[in-house]
Amino acid sequence: MSDNVLVPPDHTAPTAFTRAQLDWLPWLEPLAADALTPRQIASLVDAARVKSPYFRLLARDPDALEARTRTDKDIFYNPDAGLPRAERELAAAATSRSNGCLYCASVHARHAATYSKREEDVQRLLDAGVTADLGERWNAIVAASVALTATPSAFGPEHVDRLRRAGLDDLAISDVIHAAAFFNWANRLMLSLGEPAAPPAP
Amino acid sequence: MPGTDSDVIDALVGIAPGSALDAIRARRPEARAHAQATYRALFTPEALGNVSAQERFAVGTFVAGLHGATAVAAAYAARLAETGAPAGVKDAVEAAIKEARTHGPYGSYPAGPLSREDTAGPIYRVGAATRQALGRRLASAFEHTHMLVFHPRDAAPASLQALLDDGWSTTDVVTLSQIVAFLSFQIRVVIGLRTLAGRP
Repeated sequence: MSDNVLVPPDHTAPTAFTRAQLDWLPWLEPLAADALTPRQIASLVDAARVKSPYFRLLARDPDALEARTRTDKDIFYNPDAGLPRAERELAAAATSRSNGCLYCASVHARHAATYSKREEDVQRLLDAGVTADLGERWNAIVAASVALTATPSAFGPEHVDRLRRAGLDDLAISDVIHAAAFFNWANRLMLSLGEPAAPPAP
Repeated sequence: MPGTDSDVIDALVGIAPGSALDAIRARRPEARAHAQATYRALFTPEALGNVSAQERFAVGTFVAGLHGATAVAAAYAARLAETGAPAGVKDAVEAAIKEARTHGPYGSYPAGPLSREDTAGPIYRVGAATRQALGRRLASAFEHTHMLVFHPRDAAPASLQALLDDGWSTTDVVTLSQIVAFLSFQIRVVIGLRTLAGRP
């Protein structure tokens, strides 16, 4: 007897990139919150993630989930120099915009706007897309992220040179590479295991 | 590819101990360690479950090949050979890469203002001879993998149902999805860091 996909409940699918809070509805059955093994609970890393159907679905392969999450946290939250948090989030948002992940873009555009306080520039990235003019430093980060997101990759020495001219040192450039690369991981899971939904009107 | 315990990204980039990139990676020690831990979890796990080592490395070789990442693909192909995969399977993976290569990301958005950004591209169906050699389960995985690599915004429940119908359980699909998604990360880190190293 083979498994079947889930049919999400009636919902409003977002049709534009947004910084608003979105829900995410799984297409495959997450593990039940009250039936998680200690290993599966540990793989969530943050206990509050037991509420998330996305993380309870990924907990079906707990070793992969835990390693994924610890990779994610160090790339984005490690405070030791390199690229400022706002611009790590910008690289994540640009990658998500390029791949077309409305859910991931909503979360990381929100973070980019919060940490940079440049809400209008972040919104322009969402509205106009990855060729929007956001000033040279941000343009260089977006262009590098988008080039690395292409398959096959279009990232080349010219992107490294442009990032250096924009003032990034090699640790910061490595952070751009890791942030964009990580969202090529995250986007593919979010896009293919479920779908975004606009939250019900209050 | 090196053994399980040596860092795969370091090996594929060619990062020598004490080099500038070694120092940069050391500043993000958790990311470095857990990128490797993810590799172990997905390719050399303690328990393989329903997804065989041959399937894991066949998909890995296919993903790297689709990225045109020749050295990475060669490394995964070498590990595929070590699983005892018959020559027919190795040849079929190479044939599938040739059949399936294109340029991404493309795909469609939900109907609305983003529709003007819809970009057409191929939907991969494994050729008859390749399908015969791969078998139904792996052929199904390759079709899904192609979508994930090149046009992930076209994902839909039907592509998951196709996997379930072809013998992949829900948990197997999570593992398969992680393999493809993780490699989409690992390959880009390798390409990015190599490019940085080539620009001292």
